[in-house]
Amino acid sequence: MRESSAHQAHVHAPPQGFWRKYVFSLDHKVIGKQYYALALVAVFTGMILSWAMRIHMVWPTAKIPGLELLSKAGAPGGVMTPEYYLSLLTMHGTLMVFFVLTNAPFAAFGNYFLPIQIGAEDMAFPRFNMMSFWITFLAWVVLMLAFVIPDGPPIAGWTEYTPLSAIGRDAGPGMQWGASLWGLSIAIFCIASLLGALNFIATTLDLRAKGMTFMCMPICTWGWFITSCIALLAFAVLLPACILLILDRHAGTSFFIPAGVVASDRLQPHSGGSPLLWQHLFWFFGHPEVYIAILPSIGIVSHILINSIRKPLLSAKVVIYSMMSIGFLSYMVWGHHMFLSGMNPLSALAFSFPTLTITIPATVMTLIWIGSLYGANIQINSASLFVLGFISMFVSGGVSGFFLAQPSIDIYLHATYFVVGHFHMVMGVASLFGVFAGTYFWFPKMTGRFMNETLGKLHFWITFVGAYCIFMPFHYLGLIGNVRRYQSFLDDDFMAPYISLHQFITISALVTGAAQFIFLANLIYSRFKGKPAPENPWNGTSLEWSVTSPPPWNNFDGQHPVVYHDPYQYGVKGPTGDFIMQTAPQRLIVSGD
Amino acid sequence: MGKLFAVVLVIIALVSAYPILMNKYPLPEDISTHGHLIDKQLHDTMIEAGVAFVGAQLILAFFLFSFSGRKPGSALKNLPGGARALVIFAFVIVGLEVLALGVVGQKAWATVYFTPPKADALQIQAQAEQFAFYFRYPGPDGKFGVLHPDKIDESNQNYFGLDPANEVEARDDIVSGELVVPVKREIQLFLHGKDVGHSFYVRELRIQQDFVPGLELSVHFTPTKIGKYEIMCTQLCGLGHYNMKAYLNVMSQADFDKWLKDQSTQ
Repeated sequence: MRESSAHQAHVHAPPQGFWRKYVFSLDHKVIGKQYYALALVAVFTGMILSWAMRIHMVWPTAKIPGLELLSKAGAPGGVMTPEYYLSLLTMHGTLMVFFVLTNAPFAAFGNYFLPIQIGAEDMAFPRFNMMSFWITFLAWVVLMLAFVIPDGPPIAGWTEYTPLSAIGRDAGPGMQWGASLWGLSIAIFCIASLLGALNFIATTLDLRAKGMTFMCMPICTWGWFITSCIALLAFAVLLPACILLILDRHAGTSFFIPAGVVASDRLQPHSGGSPLLWQHLFWFFGHPEVYIAILPSIGIVSHILINSIRKPLLSAKVVIYSMMSIGFLSYMVWGHHMFLSGMNPLSALAFSFPTLTITIPATVMTLIWIGSLYGANIQINSASLFVLGFISMFVSGGVSGFFLAQPSIDIYLHATYFVVGHFHMVMGVASLFGVFAGTYFWFPKMTGRFMNETLGKLHFWITFVGAYCIFMPFHYLGLIGNVRRYQSFLDDDFMAPYISLHQFITISALVTGAAQFIFLANLIYSRFKGKPAPENPWNGTSLEWSVTSPPPWNNFDGQHPVVYHDPYQYGVKGPTGDFIMQTAPQRLIVSGD
Repeated sequence: MGKLFAVVLVIIALVSAYPILMNKYPLPEDISTHGHLIDKQLHDTMIEAGVAFVGAQLILAFFLFSFSGRKPGSALKNLPGGARALVIFAFVIVGLEVLALGVVGQKAWATVYFTPPKADALQIQAQAEQFAFYFRYPGPDGKFGVLHPDKIDESNQNYFGLDPANEVEARDDIVSGELVVPVKREIQLFLHGKDVGHSFYVRELRIQQDFVPGLELSVHFTPTKIGKYEIMCTQLCGLGHYNMKAYLNVMSQADFDKWLKDQSTQ
């Protein structure tokens, strides 16, 4: 083990007492599970919000059960008001992007498995780690408070463009305290994410076991490491942006509000600010954020794929370099969200080219995944089904990017359902598939029990087919010019022929959403009654499979693992099967890398 | 189950492609001089995206079908060419394709944004506010009156904050809730955002541009077909966003002249 000050900081005593063991734990594994639990609550909340939105959209006068309990003003008699639709839309997006897609694949699985996979006892800074989770939890509480305040949640979307989000009460319902709570919540979230990213980076750089060179780290470890590097820069920009927004709202500053704004018949007392400044700051964070959402799942899926096909990828190194390129390029493309924003039209071309260029590493990765299936021995189970489903979703969601990357086409498709279909497929569904795959794969390690395979496969089929039924039609709707963020389309003559398609999507969403309860039930039941699992149920090679299920509090029981080779030794003659573990000092087989 | 998955993938790929191949979701009719460039670019991109989408799903399905459920102990093999071939393919074929899309694709963008409007383009100012569009014509003097934000008064229908009592140019300005334009005449539309961000979107015109408070932006276009077309707000602006609409009313030159004269006398 490398001797460094980090060595001292990360070593902590075994947990004593209920609070230290289960609540304010310093153990990265407990913290990972805490993040997962928070993401689970957030994803079901976000999903139910989307159900309410979809039902209202196609049956605007429908009484939605339970909605009046949530807000009497927002849904009198259970019938959603137009402004409450926007409140739910804002909360859906904010919960999903921040509290699900950043928490689950990155903070949850990364926290649990990164230290183990590199052979460390814990993260470099366990106290910061604990603080990261509880600060994230605080951010979630602050956000959820927006539901209970009288004015309700903000209505400006998860992107909270200014001046709408900056001028306060005059902008409309939910824009008084709701928007402030949003800004505060996200600022707090940024602090937690920065602490988390620092921890991941320090841990990866400093606490790798003997023999664990960078190229011996599993691809999912790389995924978390690269994501942390992106996150460090991205959240560092969103944090001041949120602070400036709060100042505009409460301290009379004008970072984002120009002179001459007249809202609710009042000339707003601001001048000198720029709405575009908010957009630049937000999207400078926001585009890397979507890669923060997908890269961990890319890593998880690659890791599980290798195990499932029982042979190495055609080149793990190329996949890792592709992930690095994507991370790097992600900082050059933010303006593609702003082609029509009023910024210099020349800059649209400057942003379009790197956006199109990202296609190349994304294609490389996809081709390597698919190409590696050739001649493999593909094992089918719940985890691998979601891995293969991820590849399909990533392709589907990715190709719609070809359109949106071109400013000419964006003139027509911007702010339509085409965009909504694109990001839901490539970021939302694909990333969640990585989380599902990781859950089915690592549940035996985390709990010592298997999840039920039959339920897992049922969950997969309904989710996979359902997701296509929901999100593929969004692209068609975009092509005919169906504008997004509208609470209903019944006043648009041109939309009349497409309402039935919207109804089909809503029903698909309800059915697909219901299937997630199968997953939840499976998770909870298996935790207590699942079939007992051995230490290495999937015949894996990486370090997590060399420890007990679940691992001891210090991962390696006081031992210091030594690593002899990369984690891709599959399809070889090993001591117990067609694989050689990283800790086994067998002769290194060159895998064509 | 791997083989079943492969079959489902093929079905999904073909079912997804079908509506596109059968043009079940056609673009609205194009009523602009530049729209055909956007449509062609969209069409060409659809072909490339379609081939990539269907091709990738079918190859994924084929490999899944062939290499799942194999007998234990079946020999493993690598794709001929290995990673190198795939990387070269990605860089060369995809690289060329995206470069082509990027280079050719900027043509429509350039037509809309890099070409200045003609000197005799009809100038109209659009103002977007929560939750309506208003349009202002400069009147016979050809000059817009100054827009004073502090004089905007909805109750008096002074949407543009004009001061006709003290400013000559403001006296003949014509304000309308409809964007009325003559066919086949270039229009230069100035965009003023009164309160929050909005956006001007006419599907048939193939024009979309944000209103940004604090920025005086403009777009120019030439409508080619008489008719009434919906203007929709596409930038989330508050509770009435879904209902924020107006109409682009394209008339013959003669009808437009008559309309303008009628507005002036009101």
